[in-house]
Order: sequence, then C-alpha cells, then structure tokens
Amino acid sequence: MDDLGRMDSPIHRIDARAKIIATAAFVLAVMSFPRYEVSALMPLFAYPFALIAVGNLPAGYLLKKVAVAAPFALFVGIFNPLLDRQPMGMIGPVAISGGWFSFASIMVRFTLTVSAALALVACTGIHRLCAGLKMLGLPSPFVVQLLFLYRYFFVIGDEGLRMLRAAEMRSTGARTLAFQTYGTLIGHLLVRSMDRAQRIYRSMVSRGFDGEVRLLRREAPGWRDVAFACGWIAFFAFARSWDLAEFVGRWLSRGPS
Amino acid sequence: MSDPMIDITDVCFTYPDGTEALRGVSFRIGHGESVAIVGANGAGKSTLLQHLNGYLAPTRGDVRIGGQAFTRERIAEIRRSVGVVFQDPDDQLFMPTVFDDVAFGPLNLGVPPEEAERRAVASLDRVGMAHLRERPPHKLSAGEKRAVAIATVLALSPDVLVMDEPSSNLDPRGRRRLIELLATFEHTKIIASHDLELVVELCPRVIVLDGGLIVADGPTERLLSDEPLMLAHGLERPHILRHRHPH
Amino acid sequence: MHMADALISPAVGGTMWATSAGLIAWCARKVKGVCDDRLVPMMGVMGAFIFASQMINFSIPGTGSSGHLGGGLILTILLGPHAAFLAIASVLTVQALFFADGGLLALGCNVFNLGFFPAFVAYPLIYRPIAGARRAGGRAWTAAIVAAVAGLQLGAFGVVVETKLSGISELPFGTFLMVMQPIHLAIGVVEGLATAAVVEFVARVRPEAIATTPAAALGQRSLRPVLAGLLVAAALAGGGLNWFASSHPDGLEWSISKLTGKEELEGSGDGPRGPAARIQEKTAFLPDYGFRPAESKPAPAESSAGPGAGPWPAVSAGTSVSGIVGGLITLIVAGLIGYLLKRGGRTTT
Ligand SMILES: Nc1ncnc2c1ncn2[C@@H]1O[C@H](COP(=O)(O)OP(=O)(O)OP(=O)(O)O)[C@@H](O)[C@H]1O
Ligand SMILES: [Mg+2]
Repeated sequence: MDDLGRMDSPIHRIDARAKIIATAAFVLAVMSFPRYEVSALMPLFAYPFALIAVGNLPAGYLLKKVAVAAPFALFVGIFNPLLDRQPMGMIGPVAISGGWFSFASIMVRFTLTVSAALALVACTGIHRLCAGLKMLGLPSPFVVQLLFLYRYFFVIGDEGLRMLRAAEMRSTGARTLAFQTYGTLIGHLLVRSMDRAQRIYRSMVSRGFDGEVRLLRREAPGWRDVAFACGWIAFFAFARSWDLAEFVGRWLSRGPS
Repeated sequence: MSDPMIDITDVCFTYPDGTEALRGVSFRIGHGESVAIVGANGAGKSTLLQHLNGYLAPTRGDVRIGGQAFTRERIAEIRRSVGVVFQDPDDQLFMPTVFDDVAFGPLNLGVPPEEAERRAVASLDRVGMAHLRERPPHKLSAGEKRAVAIATVLALSPDVLVMDEPSSNLDPRGRRRLIELLATFEHTKIIASHDLELVVELCPRVIVLDGGLIVADGPTERLLSDEPLMLAHGLERPHILRHRHPH
Repeated sequence: MHMADALISPAVGGTMWATSAGLIAWCARKVKGVCDDRLVPMMGVMGAFIFASQMINFSIPGTGSSGHLGGGLILTILLGPHAAFLAIASVLTVQALFFADGGLLALGCNVFNLGFFPAFVAYPLIYRPIAGARRAGGRAWTAAIVAAVAGLQLGAFGVVVETKLSGISELPFGTFLMVMQPIHLAIGVVEGLATAAVVEFVARVRPEAIATTPAAALGQRSLRPVLAGLLVAAALAGGGLNWFASSHPDGLEWSISKLTGKEELEGSGDGPRGPAARIQEKTAFLPDYGFRPAESKPAPAESSAGPGAGPWPAVSAGTSVSGIVGGLITLIVAGLIGYLLKRGGRTTT
C-alpha cells in the first residue's frame, strides 16, 4: 500500500483534501440510496474505477483486499433473502424477492465503499492522507497518533513475529499458543514496546521535541483539486437523483419497438 | 582554546532500581577530537552517552558541554549542540517519511518551513540519502536507516556528534560506507562501539570502561594492542592491530 | 465485530461519526492538556502493539478455537481512558483504511462500540472499583474479566442497535441480539483472561513500568468529568433510543430527508417530493418490465411501519429486466471509462 501511495499519477497529484472530500461524498451518496436499489448504484462504480485506472493502481490486488473483508457483510446480508420473501421483480418467468434485491444492494454498496476507501489510500499514501485530515481539522494529537501507530506497527509486528517463531520452535509447532505461553510472550512484547516508546521519546527530546509534532506539508489546493472534488460531487448528486441505469435500460428496451 | 568541548568530572549514576551504572567517571574532550568509548556489555557506555545531552542527570558529579552546565534554561541549547545518534535507528526515525524525520529537529527549533526544508535536504545530501526523501523509514535497509538517523542529527548543525554502536547491524559494505562518511565529519565525535576496527580507523583516542569505571584512557593503537588490558575487560585486540606490536 | 458500511444508513453512520469525532476531539484536548509529552510516543507504540498482538493467537482449551487480545481494556489500563480512546480509534481507522476491516461510514460506530464502552464505561465503573491499584492476583483477574465482558456486551449491543436503526439488514432485532450477546459473552471472557495475564506479567517483571505509565495520573484526575459526561451521554442515548423506538424506520429516513433537504423516500406520502421523485414518476411507465412496489406490497419489515409510510422506492425498486440491463450497461460503461482513462494515463506518463 505504501508503495502505491508513493507512485505518481494525475490522481496521486490531486490534493489529499480534495480526494478525502470526494470520497466522503461518495460514501454518503452510496449509502443514501434506498435499500432495494441495485442497478442505480452501478454508475457510481465510475469513481473507484477512475481512481484505480488513472492512478495506475493494481485492480486485482485491491479486489483481493475487498474480498477478504466481505464475510461480515455477507453474514448479515444473507438473511435478507430468507426473511424478505415478497416478490419484487421478475427475470423472465422467475420472481425475485425483495430480500434478494436488498441483499444484492448490500453487497454492491459494500464493494463500492470498500474499493473507494482502498483506492483513496492507495492513491494518496498514509502520510499525505493524515496531513490532509489534519488540514481538514482532525485534532493534531489524533493525527500524530495515526502516524506513530502506522510507523511502529511494522517494527512491533516484526518483533512479535520473531518471538512467535522462537516460541513455536520450542513448542510442538502448533500455530496457536497455549494460554500460559501467550501471556508471557505478549507480556514480553508489551514490555519491549514500552521500552521502545521510552527510547523514542528520548530521541524526540534530544531533537527539541516540545509536545508538538510539526508536519511540513504545504499543499495549496489548485483549480484542479477544486474541480476534482466539485466534479465528482456533482456526478454523485446526479447519479443519486437520476437513475442512469434505468434510463439506459429503458432506452434500449424501447429501441426495437 | 579556552574550555574543553566536553568536561566530565566524577560522574556517578544509579538507576532507580539500584543498578550503579557509573561509579565516578572523569574525562575531558577537546574541540574536534574523535574519541571512542569501548567496554564489555553492561560497562555503562550507553548510560554515559545519555549524560552528554542531559537526558540523564548524574546522581553525583558534573557534566559540562562547551563550559556550560545543564541548567533548565540552557538544556535546549546544549541539546542542539550535541547530536545523539541512538543505537537502534528505528527509535530515531519515527516520522512518516525520511524527509519529515530530518525536518523534525529544525522545525522544533522554530526555523521557518523553507529553511527547515533546505536544511533537511542539505543533511540528506550530506549522507548521500537525498533520493530517499519520500520513503517511509520502515522500508529502508539497515545501512540507509543509519545514514538517515545521522542526517536527522546533522540537520540541527551540532558541534558534537555522539554515536552509540553506529556499525551494529550493518553488512561489510554498509559499514565501510559509514566509516568513510564519519571520517568526513569535522565535528567533535564520541563513539561507543564494540567494533574495534572501526574505532581504530576513526578515533585516535580511546576510553576503556568497565563496571562503570574508566580503566584506561589514551591513544587507540597503544591501548587496543595491549592484549592483557583488552582481555581483562572483556575485549580483544582488533585484527588490524594483530601484526603490529605494542611498544 | 467491525461493522461494514453496507449495513448502515447515512443517518446512523453520520450520527455515530459525529459522536465519535466529538469524543476524539475531547480526548485529544484532554491528552494535550496533561503536558506529559511522553504520552505521544507511548500512545502510538501501544496502539501498534495492540495491532501487532492481534496477529498472535492462543488456543482456547476444549473448543478448538483461538483468541487474541481485543485491546480496548488493556489500553485503558495502561494509558488511561482518554489516551486509550485515541489509540483505539487510531487502530480502527488504520484497519478501516488499509485492511477494509470495517467501513468508512461505519467507522464512527466501530470507534464508539469498541472504544467508548471499554474506556469510559468498563474501566472507570468496573475495572477500577474492583481492582483498585492491584494488577496481579484474583481481584485483578476478576476485574479484567468482568470489565471485558461488560465492555464487549455493550459493544455488541451497540452493533445490534445500530444495525437495526439503519434498517438495511432484515435480521429481526431479537434474533440478532440472541446471536450477538452470547457470542460476545464468550469473547469477553477470553479477552478478560488475556488482558489479565498480560497485565500481570508486566506488573511482575516491570512493576515500575505500569506504575509510571504516564496515564496513571491522567485517568485519575479526570474521572469525575468522565462520569458526568457519561450520565449526559446515557440520558441522550436513552432519549434518542426512545425517539427511534417510537418512530418507524421510514419515519427516521423521512426526518433525515427533511433535515438534509434531500429526498430519501420517493413516493412517500408525507415527505417533500424532490426532483428525483418527480422525474421517476414521470418516467415510470414501463409496466411490462417494472413493478410499482405500491402494488407489489411492502416487505415484512415495513409492515411494522404502518400504513402511513409509503412503499420503498418506486420504479427503481421494482426494477426488473430494464433495470438489470441498464445496470449492467452502465457498469460496463463505467469500466470502459476507467479503461480509456488508464490508456490515456499511460500515454501521458
Ligand atoms: N533503564 C535501566 N534501568 C536499570 N538498569 C539499567 C537500565 N539501563 C541500563 N541498566 C544497567 O546499567 C548498566 C550499564 O548499562 P549500559 O546500557 O550503559 O551498558 P553498555 O555499556 O551500553 O552495554 P552494551 O554494550 O550492552 O550496550 C548495566 O548493568 C545495565 O543492566
Ligand atoms: Mg549500550
């Protein structure tokens, strides 16, 4: 993800704030559709597709991430077809119940919002994203918290995995630990993490840290950035108000007659 | 030259848990000198270095940098003049990108953003890492991390460079580069290290520490070739000095 | 129990976002006010620790399943409520952004469910009174288990309520509750055990680390405002729940549409009719292909909505062949645009 965020493309160059605002509007637009809506949501795929395409992001990789996250939505949504059996539409001779529509709608929304979120991160990068959030008013201690969390996740994750490997070698080789071992291992990891926090603090202080972490990011939004946000928001509003899919479908089905 | 750069008199330090890490250490280091501090694990090297920028205050004794004692008003100024490169670069590189990390110090000094950026770029250039500026630190190799950690300190334009185990975790090439880089610095240098060959190449003077006490202080070649001294304090004669004979 | 965007209505998501954002702002101010700079790296590293620790599991004897640290409670024990809340929120944010674990709109719900309850309810009202200053021994273990269970029960309840209020899933409230609460009882016990074990370990090998954790002071000093805030929040939540409970789901949607001036419910009898509804009415003429749900009577969930509530969206809901065809085609067009953009991008770069 990091590497994706550092690539260069017209989308990467857009101000982080513009992308955050557009994505927030996108998520709101998607969520505001009525629960049985499926086809009218389709035009909205243009947003994640555009980010992925213009940003040169690996679509397969992002798709895999979306799929990994799917089970929860699937779990809660799958009951809809069972519980809502009122017929709502026909495909040829087969009546489709409302539950299936709402289920399909859940899955489509899920795919839309998750892929847009991932694409946003992938075409912005965490530090620009955080800087953008800060400029949009997110409290600075929280922004710093996000940055530190992200930074040390890798360090402590590595440390944890090394300890786990060592523990596995000495045990029966089971993937999961006995509770006793777990407490000791995680406790050790925690103590080490605390020591590390102390050493980081020491190195911050020795470079003049005074409680405030300053980020050097001077992005001034240009007309491109404003156009990006406004253009997409207009598109979302349009797609929300007019069912484009329905228009196209009707136009086609009327065509032959 | 009036005052020595670093003047340490009878410094003792006891950790809160009762460990006596330093038990009366005294030495002086002049401007532009390069001094190595060697000693076995637990000898007190890291503890001693932490006194040099006031992170630890001696339980007894006196630490002066450029003639100044650590007082509440002076501590920020002294910290600026003493740049410490810590043992684990992961502790030193905590910002999201290399560039942010190097700019962290100057920005804390209240330097305007443009100037901070200029300094950061210049320091990165100095250690040959300017091409990494937008990289996140966790994606760097050990050698790159070390070089960037040095840049973060250089950006503060210190008079003294204090380094704890600068060559640990480096492969031979990374280590060679580091030695060459350090050799170009004019700063007063204090290096704590187990890498005695690096010490021989960079520091004409060495201080041997054992159990919180100074057991020897003198010219590197003579002390490090002194086999009995080395062995008595958990060290060994470095290879490059093997073929030479102590006088 | 991370909630996904797809299950949440904008009204619920937005409300919870505002609530969590407010809490974050408040905690951020608190943490900044403590003037203990050590908290800055400590919070970050502790958040990373929780994140990393979740990669490591222990086996639960006799069940064949495994558990790990959830984190809310242990962070609060180590950092105090305010700093812990920020740390939890940051973990959830990174999970949402990088692992698509929990959605963006749902983030407010998740932060509230997994952060507020352990930090501001379970810890001050249960853990501290029981454990006091003890970090090892029977009382500390009891405190951790009871507090973890309580925190997770409340969190699970939050998930059910938020899902229900959103009205997107058809799961009946009672059934969902009956599934979620017992599951989270078990998860809570496991979480409590893990928390107690780790805390005890640290207390044993590094007693000073736990005693000198910067937040020990922070937690104490600001307990009273927390309790006051809690009361207010409880009152608000109670009132809010009553209001929600007494109004049917369509009423919620309708009031939101009124608030935002957006048309959520086309065809609703009492809602203002926006341009979308008008357009759809005018164009809804494909009787062979589309159903007007007004005729194909509402789904079970809406039967509770009472007669006043309009049916769900008109033409689009009754979508059939035309909708499916149209949907597919727009999807293809969207994909095609992406493809062309990509090719365009290639040539310019
Ligand atoms: N935070 C601490 N609390 C208590 N004792 C400590 C602490 N840090 C170090 N010590 C003890 O102080 C003594 C000196 O440690 P120090 O880290 O200075 O040694 P060192 O010479 O740097 O060793 P190494 O070569 O392993 O880095 C050791 O006995 C060590 O156990
Ligand atoms: Mg050391």
